[in-house]
Amino acid sequence: MFDLAGYGPQLLKGTMTTVDLSLASLAVAFVIGLIGASAKLAKNRLLKGAATLYTTFIRGVPDLVIMLLLFYSLQIWLNDFTDWLNNSLQAIMDCPAGSSLGWPLSANASAWLAAHVTQWVNDPNGPEYALPLDPFTSGVITLGFIYGAYFTETFRGAFLAVHKGQLEAARAFGMKPGLVFRRILFPQMMRYALPGIGNNWQVILKATALVSLIGLTDVVKIAQSAGEATFRTFYFISIAGLVYLVLTVVSNGALLLLERKYSVGVRRAAL
Amino acid sequence: MIEILQQYWKAFLWTDGYNITGLTMTAWLLVASCGIGFCLALPLSIARNARNPLIWFPVWFYTFLFRGTPLYVQLLLIYTGVYGFGFVQHTEALNEFFRQGLNCTILSFGLNTGAYTTEIFAGSIKETNHGEVDAALAFGMSKATLYRRVIIPSALRRALPVYSNEIILMLHATTLAFTATVPDVLKVANDAYAQTYDAFDAFGLAAMIYLCVSFTLIFMFRKAERRFLAFLQP
Repeated sequence: MFDLAGYGPQLLKGTMTTVDLSLASLAVAFVIGLIGASAKLAKNRLLKGAATLYTTFIRGVPDLVIMLLLFYSLQIWLNDFTDWLNNSLQAIMDCPAGSSLGWPLSANASAWLAAHVTQWVNDPNGPEYALPLDPFTSGVITLGFIYGAYFTETFRGAFLAVHKGQLEAARAFGMKPGLVFRRILFPQMMRYALPGIGNNWQVILKATALVSLIGLTDVVKIAQSAGEATFRTFYFISIAGLVYLVLTVVSNGALLLLERKYSVGVRRAAL
Repeated sequence: MIEILQQYWKAFLWTDGYNITGLTMTAWLLVASCGIGFCLALPLSIARNARNPLIWFPVWFYTFLFRGTPLYVQLLLIYTGVYGFGFVQHTEALNEFFRQGLNCTILSFGLNTGAYTTEIFAGSIKETNHGEVDAALAFGMSKATLYRRVIIPSALRRALPVYSNEIILMLHATTLAFTATVPDVLKVANDAYAQTYDAFDAFGLAAMIYLCVSFTLIFMFRKAERRFLAFLQP
């Protein structure tokens, strides 16, 4: 029953791509979420406003729309950027040596810049390819950017749940803000954030299926092409679904362990 | 931007001249799939709380399957997978049904949101205050009356905040319909992009439309919560 018509290794590779993409997006979203939550809780009006705008916009717009928007726009912006670089490079080349182009740079610095940019632009693969923007990277950037907004909300709630006296005590011990975050705020915040993180992780895992729409050869894409080649679409797509089910169950188990770790020292009511 | 607006505003809102497209199609997808999901979830959430494993286990398995896999995979399975079976192609009614992208989309969306909604309602039913149930039983209500008059109305009210979230997520999920050639807002944006190569404006317009719909829905649910959950206000 379980013959994969020779697509086994490819499906496995696609699964690895899915897992890699999810983990990388999770890491990006996690960091953006921490920064966003700090911005949202900051006293600075501008930071607060920017973070609020970010979370409301992202959570009001479907992820697929943002994904397509960013995927195609990023490429256009990158092309514009390399064009601009080419033009400025030409300008540097055309300038008499020793002048600084009117940029706020010394003549030496311009020469150094020109030498490096020449090397980069003369890359045999062309400047566009010198910056990596394959579907995988775009997927990580867009998924991280989107789910960063959800993590921002999760972390904001968790930061607020940590008892204020803890932070005051840490300050009273003379800890610097970085140390307070690392030793006091983060470990306690994680306990409150974990259920939310778990939910977001499940959503990210399933959202990676969308990245196959922008050309990533993940498990869905491979299942699709295997199905088309063998005329057994239902079978192969079911296998892709099964892969996601297994990943969900495994990550549920991992989350349970994490939850236990971060709840050390919390007494539960015995019922 | 202006060009796209001039050329596509009608398609973005309701029609491209031949078919219903854009916002109207998105709204229809949302209403149809959430309607199916609601009708599925109501009986299933009661069954999910049953004591008999023969009743709750199949329901649990259904929600597990549909919540554990991506909606895109489910849509592919129903849209491209089912049609591969010979008997589907040879049965008149099934062939007619599964050939249409719209039917497959609504079916898969309905099943998907049905699974999530079942879990939401089941959780809410489970949290019903036992005093209410005791009181109803003391009045001599039958099981059916108990559910109809006491448990379901209160459970649905208490589920409202979470359920509204699910509706918003479903709105976001309707964008997948364009992969099954259903002309929703994103499909129109994609067409506009294919013609103008102006990704930012084409998809940005779609994003604005979705943002407006999200905010409208959120506003409506806030109103509804204030009305139906008045008894929980501090």
